[in-house]
Amino acid sequence: MKKERIPSQKEKDYQRRVNEKMPKSKTFLQCVRAFISGGIICCIGQLIHDFAKLVLNFSESNVAAFTAIVLVFLGATLTGIGVYDNIGSWAGAGSVVPITGFANSIVSPAMEFKREGYVLGLGAKMFSIAGPVLVYGISASVLVGLIACLISGKF
Amino acid sequence: MHMEAMDYVYAFIIGGLICVIGQLLISLTRLTPARILVLFVVAGVFLTAMGLYEPLVRLGGAGATTPLTGFGYALGKGAIDGAMEDGIIGAFTGGIKGTAGGVAAAIVFGALNAAIFTPKTKK
Repeated sequence: MKKERIPSQKEKDYQRRVNEKMPKSKTFLQCVRAFISGGIICCIGQLIHDFAKLVLNFSESNVAAFTAIVLVFLGATLTGIGVYDNIGSWAGAGSVVPITGFANSIVSPAMEFKREGYVLGLGAKMFSIAGPVLVYGISASVLVGLIACLISGKF
Repeated sequence: MHMEAMDYVYAFIIGGLICVIGQLLISLTRLTPARILVLFVVAGVFLTAMGLYEPLVRLGGAGATTPLTGFGYALGKGAIDGAMEDGIIGAFTGGIKGTAGGVAAAIVFGALNAAIFTPKTKK
């Protein structure tokens, strides 16, 4: 009996150590995936940026707008055809943090709630995540703009 | 005028690192992706206001502008530039002006895709 209890105690220790290590290494793996996938999406963004600047000869502000529009188009369309969620299950935050993830956060609930109608379903639910982003983002920008007015003394 | 290979190296590294910060927040805290998006945009606005995000954009290009902190950067930069040009009116209009393309695209392409496609059954 004693001989059995000793290894079982060791097994418990081992299991505890495994449990301690597991989440950390999982987090590390997820970070590597987020780094790679996020990096690739940003390189696609850089490619679109260079195309607008060097081939289409857009002005600086139009280059930024064009890049955002194309990335959003890609994110929204890949979500529509069901590919983005597959990317997301591998990429984690690498697919959430880029602006393509913002597009994904709009299309996903909009598709999901389309059955509740085009106005209060699709039209309203598409902002369930994008809404808060715009509320706090735009509010912060106005606050920052007003502080800039105060500091510069220009009203 | 030509493409610079180093632009892509910096875009990859800086964009990747910003996503790693997001991943750490998701993995180690209880922040949901929705809160991460809000946090990143607001952080981008204030980092821009403090002059800390502009150098990152100069170095990383799309690596800094593609993540949602870059959306915050466009909001903050627009509002500050607007304030310098038109005062209080500019402070109100600048942020949305700076992000109008992306927001309009998100709404139009978002609605179109949702209207055309139906959700895939989850595995």
